[in-house]
Amino acid sequence: MLEPTIYELSSPGRVGVRFPEPDVPATPLPDELVRTNLNFPEVDEMSVVRHFNHLSHLNYSIDAGLYPLGSCTMKYNPRVNEEAARLPGFAFTHPLQPEDTVQGNLLLMYNLQEWLKEISGLKGVSLQPAAGAHGELVGVLIIRAYHRARGDYQRTRIIIPDSAHGTNPASSAMSGFEVVNVHTDKNGNVDLESLRKLCDERLAGIMLTNPNTLGLFDQNIIEAINMVHQAGGQVYGDGANLNALLGIAKPGDLGFDVMHFNLHKTFSTPHGGGGPGSGPVGVAEHLVDFLPGPIAAIVEDGDDETPPLYGLVMPERSIGRVKSFYGHFGMMVRAFTYIAMHGPDGLRSVAEHAVLNANYLLARLRSVYHLPYDRTCMHECVFSGHWEDAPDVHALDIAKRLMDYHFHPPTNYFPLIVHEALMIEPTETENKETLDAFADALLKIAEEAHTNPELLKEAPLVTPISRVDEVKAARDLVLCCWQPDDM
Amino acid sequence: MQEISTGNASTRDLACFLGAGAYHHYIPAAVDSIIRRGEFLTAYTPYQPEVSQGTLQAIFEYQSLIAALTGMEVSNASHYDGATAAAEAVIMAYHNFRGKRGRLVLSPGVNPQYRETIRTYMQGYENFSIAGDADSLAPLSSPEAVVPLIDQNTCLVLVQYPDFFGRIYDLTSLVKAAHEAGALVAVAVNPLSLGLLKPPGEFGADIVIGEGQSLGIPLSYGGPYLGIFATKKEYVRRLAGRLVGETVDKEGRRAYVLTLTAREQHIRREKATSNICTNQGLMALASTVYMSLLGKQGMRQVAELCYHKAHYTAQCINNLPGFSVDMETPFFHEFIVRCPENISVDEINARLLDEGILGGYNLERDYPDLKNCMLMAVTEMNSRAEIEALCDALNEVSHA
Repeated sequence: MLEPTIYELSSPGRVGVRFPEPDVPATPLPDELVRTNLNFPEVDEMSVVRHFNHLSHLNYSIDAGLYPLGSCTMKYNPRVNEEAARLPGFAFTHPLQPEDTVQGNLLLMYNLQEWLKEISGLKGVSLQPAAGAHGELVGVLIIRAYHRARGDYQRTRIIIPDSAHGTNPASSAMSGFEVVNVHTDKNGNVDLESLRKLCDERLAGIMLTNPNTLGLFDQNIIEAINMVHQAGGQVYGDGANLNALLGIAKPGDLGFDVMHFNLHKTFSTPHGGGGPGSGPVGVAEHLVDFLPGPIAAIVEDGDDETPPLYGLVMPERSIGRVKSFYGHFGMMVRAFTYIAMHGPDGLRSVAEHAVLNANYLLARLRSVYHLPYDRTCMHECVFSGHWEDAPDVHALDIAKRLMDYHFHPPTNYFPLIVHEALMIEPTETENKETLDAFADALLKIAEEAHTNPELLKEAPLVTPISRVDEVKAARDLVLCCWQPDDM
Repeated sequence: MQEISTGNASTRDLACFLGAGAYHHYIPAAVDSIIRRGEFLTAYTPYQPEVSQGTLQAIFEYQSLIAALTGMEVSNASHYDGATAAAEAVIMAYHNFRGKRGRLVLSPGVNPQYRETIRTYMQGYENFSIAGDADSLAPLSSPEAVVPLIDQNTCLVLVQYPDFFGRIYDLTSLVKAAHEAGALVAVAVNPLSLGLLKPPGEFGADIVIGEGQSLGIPLSYGGPYLGIFATKKEYVRRLAGRLVGETVDKEGRRAYVLTLTAREQHIRREKATSNICTNQGLMALASTVYMSLLGKQGMRQVAELCYHKAHYTAQCINNLPGFSVDMETPFFHEFIVRCPENISVDEINARLLDEGILGGYNLERDYPDLKNCMLMAVTEMNSRAEIEALCDALNEVSHA
């Protein structure tokens, strides 16, 4: 045991917060509706603080070192964002306050919408979706609503490349579509022949990620988009990899009709150990009326003396609301701060350095690690973590051994089309010394794989725990500190 | 940023009596100090258990606390918010009957934004329909009024407890009727109220969902919040979202890991029943620290403070000429104020604002039948002086 659970720290009578006695007369409680017991721990404040500090020491984080998870864009999370989001005017406003008392919030939302439109080349943005997958669901529902509004009921299929994130097919299925896969060609692009065969009257749309999950800019992107448009389909862009394009190419100009942004990837809001994310959705002109809402708008123009009046409006043919209120406002403040701190040139420089860093790693590793799609990469590169002359070593072992060198492993076993994939995204915020140390570690591990594979099989050795028994976790299914009898 | 933020009037400056799904509560300083730690703040989803035990154990403790609070056996690692958790409950129930039972029986006492979100989520599902809601039931219907709508085609009955209007009902007979028809029951909760109230698990609910914002998360103009989702163990394989399980490492030391991942989209792709990937990790941590600090006694105390202060406020308002409050139906910390008919709720709120008071929610926005009705929320943050200032200001309104 590394740290007791909060229940194991409990001792009867201890409290972490003291509330005052009521300053109003008491009202009798409705006894038949009052609970008789609450199985909660009793712990003092200092012990609670120490407990969670101890737990924090068991985590790896960006603050501890390189976190090169492919397609996750684990860049440094600037602390100024955290300060901004905690300004009392933002942190302590109620979402149902009258609009004239929250003009600051609405101005911020409106401008963030405008900036995302400028970055993407799209014509409308809703900030409501809570995460990337949520944005995908919204995008696919918009495509569905668009076709139905035109009476195009026979469009029941969404095409998804075999390299796509798993959320893409799941989002399509949740929206009532049939999912059909399109292959990737030998250069890592969408296979146009295979795509052509799927472009018929049943086509509702395609979900594309560009750069794709191989870290490659799809060389067929214009042709693929045209092909889908000619068949009457809509083109969805998964914005997970937008970091590579900032200030350089606009998805709207490439022909994308709808896309989501990951504020928690591209725009530096922290991942928080798995959320909260934020997944705004942008659309081309013909889809603006279908956006989920409400969204921020100027409801009364200003002039030289008075600022405009901002308000919340529901788009005319909206697919509806997709969550409570207006989205993850706290994340919007952080992303707004990030964009404001960088400016247009700064954002372009982000993309350039992200691509440069990934290509530097690719150049340092390619002689030792197999590169299935051998091209200049964008913001990430995908190797195969397996050698024929070291047959017992797998990508997982390389990943685990990296922890012994104090690095977080890259994404492994994804994308599915690469055998034993190791998907590396260093991001722009790492310096050359860190990239070199990481490349050195991977090269050393490749050597160990051939000379002393046991080291990799036993890894990690320096982490708080060793490899865990995942089968036992799924079989015994202990999901709670206490047993039902304790209640 | 400072300048933009001061373009708002915040609950730091105003006496807040506004709730309707998001509440102004005391947040112990230790909560933010812990969630700001870089080790929690800047980590990713804990896919690599060897270097993520901090996040994993914290989620495991979150699951334990939420299960205890709701009276259920299993909690997942969180959803985006209460509304999306409600939608996921409907999807889970729909799939539980393989799409063969397509009817959702929906109480109009469920938060209007949850009901809207469910409609949006379900538009692509075949053979799906909603009974009840605002179409066929009066806004203030009791849970008993929902019972006649439950049939053999019903997959889920969704009610709120305390309901959107703050009222508390015993749900025993409703759950019994739903189970007799073979349907599941989901209950939307305000988790803070469960420090005092009987948990839905005791009524036999199959699913409990809720908005976790009241557990130590700032109002932040509507998000990020926390979606709570708990259920019975028999439905664990149908549960969307992440789950942390206990296991051991190679040396036999206790350890935690994401488990039952075969349900999820990155494995099942289009066959997954939910697309959820990112959840609300850091918000779940905030609520875990909050619940740990308050503990058994604090959870009861804060809920009782809300209860007593709300009832004192309701009584005071009920004594004002032109205003009335239903004091017969039990309520928790929110209640409907029927205001004078010669002045609109928005106008009353504008006058309260002049006195530095953020008034209640105008119910007519969502319920056209509830004219001149204001939903008032009172928490431990409202002092007696604030409450009396509110009553004085309302009294002025009725005499104006």
